[in-house]
Amino acid sequence: MSTPKKNKNPKKELTVEQRITRRNFISFGAFAVLAAGAYEGWRLLYKSPEEAAGITAGARKPLRRALNKTELFFRRVFSDNHLVKTYPKSMAAKRVRVNSDIGIETNKKFDPATWKLQVIKKPGDVLQVTLDDLKKLPKTEIVFDFKCVEGWDQIQHWGGVKFSDFISHYGLTDLTKMQYVGMETPDKGYYVGLDMPSAMHPQTILAYEVNDKPLPLEHGAPLRLIVTVKYGIKNLKRIGAISFSNNRPRDYWAEQGYDYYSGL
Amino acid sequence: MRWCHWVNFPILTIMIWSGMLIYWANDEYSVTIFGHTFFRFFPDWFYNTLKIPHRLSEGMAFHFLFMWFFTLNGILYVLYTAISGEWRELVPKRNSFKEAWLVLLHDLHIRKTAPPQNKYNAAQRIAYTAIILMGVGSVVTGLAIYKPVQFYYLAWLCGGYHFARILHFALTLGYVFFFVIHVVQVILAGWKNFSSVISGFEVVNESPKPVTQIAKHEHAEEK
Repeated sequence: MSTPKKNKNPKKELTVEQRITRRNFISFGAFAVLAAGAYEGWRLLYKSPEEAAGITAGARKPLRRALNKTELFFRRVFSDNHLVKTYPKSMAAKRVRVNSDIGIETNKKFDPATWKLQVIKKPGDVLQVTLDDLKKLPKTEIVFDFKCVEGWDQIQHWGGVKFSDFISHYGLTDLTKMQYVGMETPDKGYYVGLDMPSAMHPQTILAYEVNDKPLPLEHGAPLRLIVTVKYGIKNLKRIGAISFSNNRPRDYWAEQGYDYYSGL
Repeated sequence: MRWCHWVNFPILTIMIWSGMLIYWANDEYSVTIFGHTFFRFFPDWFYNTLKIPHRLSEGMAFHFLFMWFFTLNGILYVLYTAISGEWRELVPKRNSFKEAWLVLLHDLHIRKTAPPQNKYNAAQRIAYTAIILMGVGSVVTGLAIYKPVQFYYLAWLCGGYHFARILHFALTLGYVFFFVIHVVQVILAGWKNFSSVISGFEVVNESPKPVTQIAKHEHAEEK
């Protein structure tokens, strides 16, 4: 509209109307370009390729990167002094929710009586621990709000051996200088990796009791992990083997697109 | 600060969407009074239309990336508004709560005149300040349920993990409610007003006679 006039008299002052038109044109143009850019950026992210399957899998590449970076950030606020809130025993659920049986399916043969915990100190050097051995160690109980990644939570009462007590009793302290602990079910069907600080947190327990009774099979008899600083997905049932590593041990749900850290 | 406004719009949309992907995994919230459930969040047709089901991990990954942008944008807005002095136009004044009723009655065509105003009227002052506080609330309750052990004091502040999650959800419903009213109001306010939120200025034709031309929504003086 105003261009022909401008070309003839480039130095002529623009009228108010022209200035309004021009400013509006620039603003709306910029708005449209930025909106299109934002949309394109979103589309690129949404359609971005899945990460190469490894220790973690199933997430979009940039989102996995973001999860890992975010982990680094929130690890800074992690402290052994930050404890999960505990409740009186009377508040604990009588019927403790069973959400999954991966790795402990009932059609699998398993005899709790012959079970022994395998602590893999290094390849070929395996410490075997029975349930009775564990019961001789000081018992720690906790009543806390168990949180599932799905969104539900339930106040539950667990009892067992504090993981850090277990470590010091069996002289495994040197191994905790490594970065990670890995745990697997005896059939290797379910497995989790824990960063060492979370494993050594004072409220992390190798549990053999729920509501003052021995664990039933569906809750992971004879021994399961209760790690209060993680979502339920890390609370492995029926621990078969424990190992130590400087690299992330394999983790069932991290292979399905979930955050490896999953810390609370 | 209209930049923050337009940046927030897509981010909040993504946060609400990814939040629903997460919520689906355990969709237990409903409006139940005396044992009668009036509404369950959400009906199946709603999930299926939006392709929500079975995308929990995806939802979490998006949610925990865009939470950064949502928070940063919010901080930027609050800082700018505080430092520039624009908060004076935004924060409710002592008489705003009384005046807001008059504005409401006017908007509903029950009253003929609206109280005089500057950039925002009394109802806008309340609504736009509330939405910022809600944003803060979402970040705080969000952190409380994201790291309830590390930020145990936030979880405590929000009435515990379980309740914080309900608050987080309720705030989101609040955004949707706000959005609906907001869009209706923008449509009613007309094109000039909308255009000002993009360009940063509005043309107000000054008539020689004083006319009650108060419907200006000036975003000028930003450049």
